[in-house]
Amino acid sequence: MDTSYTPKEIMTIMAAREIKNGDIVFSGTGISMLAAMAAKKINAPDSVIFFETGAMDSLLEEIPFAVADPRIMYWAAANSSLTDAFATMQNRITGDRVIAILGAAQIDMYGNLNTTCIGDYFSPDIRFSGSGGGCDVASFVPRCIAFMQHETRKFVKHLDYLTSPGQLTGNGAREKAGLRPGGVSVVVTNLGVMRFDTDTGQMYLDQYYPGTTPGMILENTGFDMDVSRAAPADPPTPAELKILRENCDPQRLILGPA
Amino acid sequence: MNNDLNKIMPLAQAVARFVKTGSHISIGGFTLNRNPMAAVYEIIRQKIKELHLYAHSNGTGLDELIGAGCVSRLEIAYGGNGKAAPTCIRFARAVQNNEILFEDYSNYMMSLRFMAGAMGVPFLPTLSGLGSDMLTTWGFSESMRRSDPKIVDSKLAVVDNPFGNWGGAKKVVAVPAINPDVTIIHVQKADAMGTCRIQGLTFADVEQVKASRHVIVTCEQLVEKPVLREHPDMNQIPFIHVTAVCHVPFGGYPTAVYGHYDYDAQYLKRFAKAARDEAAFKAYQDRFIFGVKDHEQFLEKVGKDRLAAIAADPKTGYSVNMKRD
Repeated sequence: MDTSYTPKEIMTIMAAREIKNGDIVFSGTGISMLAAMAAKKINAPDSVIFFETGAMDSLLEEIPFAVADPRIMYWAAANSSLTDAFATMQNRITGDRVIAILGAAQIDMYGNLNTTCIGDYFSPDIRFSGSGGGCDVASFVPRCIAFMQHETRKFVKHLDYLTSPGQLTGNGAREKAGLRPGGVSVVVTNLGVMRFDTDTGQMYLDQYYPGTTPGMILENTGFDMDVSRAAPADPPTPAELKILRENCDPQRLILGPA
Repeated sequence: MNNDLNKIMPLAQAVARFVKTGSHISIGGFTLNRNPMAAVYEIIRQKIKELHLYAHSNGTGLDELIGAGCVSRLEIAYGGNGKAAPTCIRFARAVQNNEILFEDYSNYMMSLRFMAGAMGVPFLPTLSGLGSDMLTTWGFSESMRRSDPKIVDSKLAVVDNPFGNWGGAKKVVAVPAINPDVTIIHVQKADAMGTCRIQGLTFADVEQVKASRHVIVTCEQLVEKPVLREHPDMNQIPFIHVTAVCHVPFGGYPTAVYGHYDYDAQYLKRFAKAARDEAAFKAYQDRFIFGVKDHEQFLEKVGKDRLAAIAADPKTGYSVNMKRD
């Protein structure tokens, strides 16, 4: 088997490794869906995938293309509703077990996300889909994985719009705003893995992939970032790649061309 | 409230009677699933304009209504439609070109707003949104809000927890209730009085229905009362909430209706392509919406082959191995 891998493949595996056995995984579609499926088949067999639309523990015989895809309804433990799904995350008994996977157009050094617009809110250069459930889950749950392409225009000093709260302005700002600890806790990009300092709430480089360097990652980041703690990432193992390719997305609907 | 034994009427009549210029409306479903598309196309054909639309994530229906210029004000959580359009194209254009007034909320906020409307309380609390720009950036100005009695004066409000720190929260976000003039949903089964059975996810349909003054239900199957009454635990909406019942097979097409048919990925892709170009979009509308007199003719134009290709497998409820890219 080919043990080289695409950026999408390493991102999926790095995110899957964040998911622990027993976690309830809040998933969107696309690469986040694939990371949730990979975790379940590789390292967290007892994790549970669920969707903001209300489907809990779907079988997922085919990859869904939206969180309302009928493919998430088949063989679920329950098909409920939006109010129920978000309550599961806000709920203090189940919410702390949830790990979310999110994407965004922009992220700042505190892990706040923008999925609303680029430019002025009222006359934006580009309008995106908006919060959906993103703000809700980032408000409620202790751990969120953010998937990003690592580019300076996406890793910005100031968001054009703060859709989903990370550490806000750092240093306990989240608690001051009335939120529980949580929000984006890890950022997985095509270059490396970032986490947040427990004191300052600021992003630091945790791991860089084979073929990248901390310097290269800094060049693609639009703000200062601590890289002193960075270590090389363990690349995807042949076993991880095999399961991802053969059992998660054999048609490469999301992985794309090899 | 509405106990007529027979609420069946043609869809065109139901839309004409209850959806007016300037109406505040909401539609059921979510992105590419169970949107009341027959009703959406009928609203467009009847050229009903200046609608105030309350949406959580009603992708396909939302983008058709905005694309047709029917919506002047929008309260929304998410404008995306799966793989075909990660951001709804006509929605994004309308915002970028200042063609509509819009107000952003989250999906939970919008769902809770419908629930508050259904419960008859002025607001419900949540911890969502604290620290976000949704609290501080208002799409509808304060003066516009104050001048319109049908719109709440404030977008959102942060209030102290009246019970101190009970529940581990010092403050909460109060989200204001919505009571639409009309909600339109599409369901798998309904009877003549309007009792409904939805299969699969209900999204926020039940809350939207119960919050609304008038409710139009379109259904795949119009069934006799005993079919629903024999298993009442499988029904979500009792008839008292419903104003009109319209029997419209494939009434959710091109979105999916669990257990009946899948979304038509090809149609959604064609729509997304046309939506990017003004001339192509007009040609699309002329052909599929204005060029037909009703949903039945629309389905004829779509063709039996397409409908057969998306037929749901009885076991899984979707079209297994359907070509989707």
